[in-house]
Amino acid sequence: MWKEQREFDCIVVGGGPAGSTFARTAAQGGLSVLLLEKDRDIGVPVRCGEAVSDAGLRIFFEPNPRWIASTITRIKLVAPNETVVEFDLSEKGYILDRRIFDYDLAEYATKAGAVVVTKAYVDGLLIEDDKVVGVKGTHIGERFEKRAKIVIGADGVESRVGRWAGLETTCKLKDMESGIQKTVTGIDVHEHMFEFYLSKRWAPGGYLWVFPKGKNKANIGLGITGSYAKDGKAAQQYLDEFLEWKYPQASVLTTVVGGIPVAKTVKEMVSDGIMLVGDAAHTVNPVTGGGIVSGMRSGLLAAETAVKALNNTGPSKKNLVPYEKAWHKVGGKNHERFYRIKETIYQFEDDDLNRIADGFSDIPENERNLFKLFSIAVRKKPSLLIDVARVFTGV
Amino acid sequence: MIEVAENKCDFCGCCVGVCPVNCIELKEADIRIDHELCIDCDICVFICPIKVLSQTDPKRTSSSEAA
Repeated sequence: MWKEQREFDCIVVGGGPAGSTFARTAAQGGLSVLLLEKDRDIGVPVRCGEAVSDAGLRIFFEPNPRWIASTITRIKLVAPNETVVEFDLSEKGYILDRRIFDYDLAEYATKAGAVVVTKAYVDGLLIEDDKVVGVKGTHIGERFEKRAKIVIGADGVESRVGRWAGLETTCKLKDMESGIQKTVTGIDVHEHMFEFYLSKRWAPGGYLWVFPKGKNKANIGLGITGSYAKDGKAAQQYLDEFLEWKYPQASVLTTVVGGIPVAKTVKEMVSDGIMLVGDAAHTVNPVTGGGIVSGMRSGLLAAETAVKALNNTGPSKKNLVPYEKAWHKVGGKNHERFYRIKETIYQFEDDDLNRIADGFSDIPENERNLFKLFSIAVRKKPSLLIDVARVFTGV
Repeated sequence: MIEVAENKCDFCGCCVGVCPVNCIELKEADIRIDHELCIDCDICVFICPIKVLSQTDPKRTSSSEAA
């Protein structure tokens, strides 16, 4: 029983995809792992658009059909003046059922030997000689303290674990998207197509998405940049107005809200006895807001480093820094490029977006792709063309 | 002072992520602001997707430059 065990090699705070991937990988590497989730269930509530690429999932496993609500092969963009451009994606994607997906990821972790505990709320760290040595919190009304060689902050957008350890994880207002999503039914959608609505009137400093979950059901949501939320309408109001205009007949099955950190990765992802993964480390793609695969990737890389560190001389910052380096090698450079692209495109006025849509419409449909779209979008800023080329073509 | 409208919070953690002084505590279905630590910068008020948080001091509302 976890209650009797005083110390673990690793304690993971947060049972999302990043935390569960860390737990699974670290347990497979022979470490004792305790994963603490504050909510009653793993995977609920789902604060996510649930879109993911096939290639991204395949880094970790063969996609399981039970996770997949829709397979996506096509994309549709709607400009402010309602010009529509569509094209086939070069690689397919999915809309997941994250309740099932997250649940399975946590189960994989337990099968590898990790211990998962829900309703376990962590409210502080144990710190000795400026080093993190464990966590404290409450589990169903009972206080607990547990020691760990490494504490893993996988606590999502809140990212308090990192801050308790002195790492700078606060998200600037301009780098946080204020998000809301409704899962609706009673509508007609193309079941294999991502739809994006781009305009200041739909979602200033962000975008509105329609992600199908079958022919008559979709996740419809949006994110607006915090700086736009300052004096204007709340994200909720934007979404309600869109639904009233586009899908007045829709029934709402679920409403979730949440923050999407579209920021640079935190400067320091580790310190003595602590590592940060996923949203807590700001691993979300700043352009798309997608964070499932990148979060899992950070969990995997962090766990590989943790296994090596604990088989070596211990969890000192020096021994955990290789995780940071691995992250920057695998995805970090592109992350910074996406951040620079975001800084430009999220400031576009509706006229700019209409012009981009017009320019893109001129390309024959079978020659359209994301690289060409973004090249047109940043045409006025040639320095970004290199970033666009690197992230979309890998040159 | 920042106030949370009763029974309206969805506990998403968005406000916690932007709070520069880490003064918001969120449990499964409970949100608390440590008013001793709070600097009334209002950033949490701006970011909340459903505008559950509000600044009760009228002089401070919309006057913050912290953002």
